[in-house]
Amino acid sequence: MEYVNLVFEEVYKILFLLIPVLVSVAMIVWLDRRVWAFVQKRQGPNVVGPFGLLQSLADALKYIFKEIIIPASSNKIIFILAPIITMTLALIAWAVIPFGEDQVLANINVGILYIFAISSLGVYGIIMGGWASNSKYPFLGSIRSAAQMVSYEVSIGIIIINVLLCVGSLNLSDIVLAQQNIWFVIPLFPMFVIFFISALAETNRPPFDLPEAEAELVAGYQTEYSGMMYAMFWLGEYANILLMCALGSILFLGGWLSPIDLYPFNLIPGAIWLILKILLLFVLFALVKAVVPRYRYDQLMRLGWKIFLPLSLIYVVLTASYLFYFNLLPTI
Amino acid sequence: MIAHAVFFYVFSIIAVISAIMVTVSKNTVHSVFFLILDFISISCLFIMIGAEFLGMIMLIVYVGAVAVLFLFVVMMLNVAQQKNQWFYSEATSGHIPIGLIISTIIFFELIIVVGGWKYKPELLNPNTTKISNEISNTHSLGQILYTDYIHVFQISGMILLIAMIGAIVLTFRKREGVKTQSYLKQISRERSEGIEVLEVPSNKGVKIDD
Repeated sequence: MEYVNLVFEEVYKILFLLIPVLVSVAMIVWLDRRVWAFVQKRQGPNVVGPFGLLQSLADALKYIFKEIIIPASSNKIIFILAPIITMTLALIAWAVIPFGEDQVLANINVGILYIFAISSLGVYGIIMGGWASNSKYPFLGSIRSAAQMVSYEVSIGIIIINVLLCVGSLNLSDIVLAQQNIWFVIPLFPMFVIFFISALAETNRPPFDLPEAEAELVAGYQTEYSGMMYAMFWLGEYANILLMCALGSILFLGGWLSPIDLYPFNLIPGAIWLILKILLLFVLFALVKAVVPRYRYDQLMRLGWKIFLPLSLIYVVLTASYLFYFNLLPTI
Repeated sequence: MIAHAVFFYVFSIIAVISAIMVTVSKNTVHSVFFLILDFISISCLFIMIGAEFLGMIMLIVYVGAVAVLFLFVVMMLNVAQQKNQWFYSEATSGHIPIGLIISTIIFFELIIVVGGWKYKPELLNPNTTKISNEISNTHSLGQILYTDYIHVFQISGMILLIAMIGAIVLTFRKREGVKTQSYLKQISRERSEGIEVLEVPSNKGVKIDD
């Protein structure tokens, strides 16, 4: 009986986290399209509900009622598994995101490694989808995306090492608490810029959306998908983008900490600050999508391996020697 | 404790079955996917014995990077077409004795390790370094790796670097007649040299390619 209660309690906690994440993914799609439209002097979705807020809900309903078509020559099990894996991986990473002191589902010691591992698994959903479709465009798209995600993971990993040098712990709550005096965006500003660009590439956002470059590859690995399975890819992709924004705000923008530690700002709960920071980063993501043209593939690879990787390695050496010289290395 | 045992058996059964499926399944891509499942369940076992850092690194390195390259190779080379042929064909059956020798050696090594662990635990000497519960897993690993074993660690890093350079040197070939862009040249182009006026002789043309 005790076990059953424990399980119910955990399930309740998980739902309390997952349902807001899913709802905010739907809202964020609307926000993305709205920002994109405003930059281009259009209106964007503004018909369904107030300001078009229910547009994503309408889209989701449409996807649910559409037929799921499985290509005859596809590898059926892997074809069905791919969107499930994408969506699951995008959602389980949220377990370690802290929304405040002790307001976290799983406060594990290696939180940052967990997020990094889960985001490096994300590539499988795309490869499986592209391969199982048994069609040329999806396969090309998935190969591109695999190479791209593996390359940019390397620079994200080294950027994380920079932050960890200043913190001395792999726990996400410790990383936030280490920023009480100064947010890491100020001493590590170049790393923040590189992290932002690498996050764009890691989540296949424009200008690095080569896996689904519609001018060349129709829709990349999603070409053969329809109905709910397409919607799951889409949900997973946006949940991943939100996760990257959350990771950026935890690593560099002080997580749940308020920007000014003064009376009226202290009263606002930390979760609100974290959500505001995530939204700020997401609006930046959306703006970049609207203003920057798509990269060419070789330029993308060159940026990742020949510019970001050496720069972040140099910054690791600089950070380490600065901390060592001024005796600022964190004591564990 | 019951939950712990249940999870242990679930993960180990998945690991063993997927390891068997790696060798049994006919489709090579399926084999790689089973290999990935195997890696994931092994890293879950690592996490269950409290080695969370090792488990996560296993996920990042093996599943996130190495297995992706496996998948790449298997998908691009279309290995699926030549399934089962190498085992029977005359030309390649020389692999079988070598494979048998290597697998026998590995089998005896495993027997020695397991037997030593079971019957002579003091030989393996597991208590040379005290593991305290107060410091975290990552911290204690770093304390051992960067103090007592720093030379071994550095040497293994060197070996990996040399292997990487060797692989690049072996596969690198300079192809003739491939046009590449020079970013420096493109950026440093002046307005004056952007346009060139040429006298074009009739019926001969000019060569503008450089």
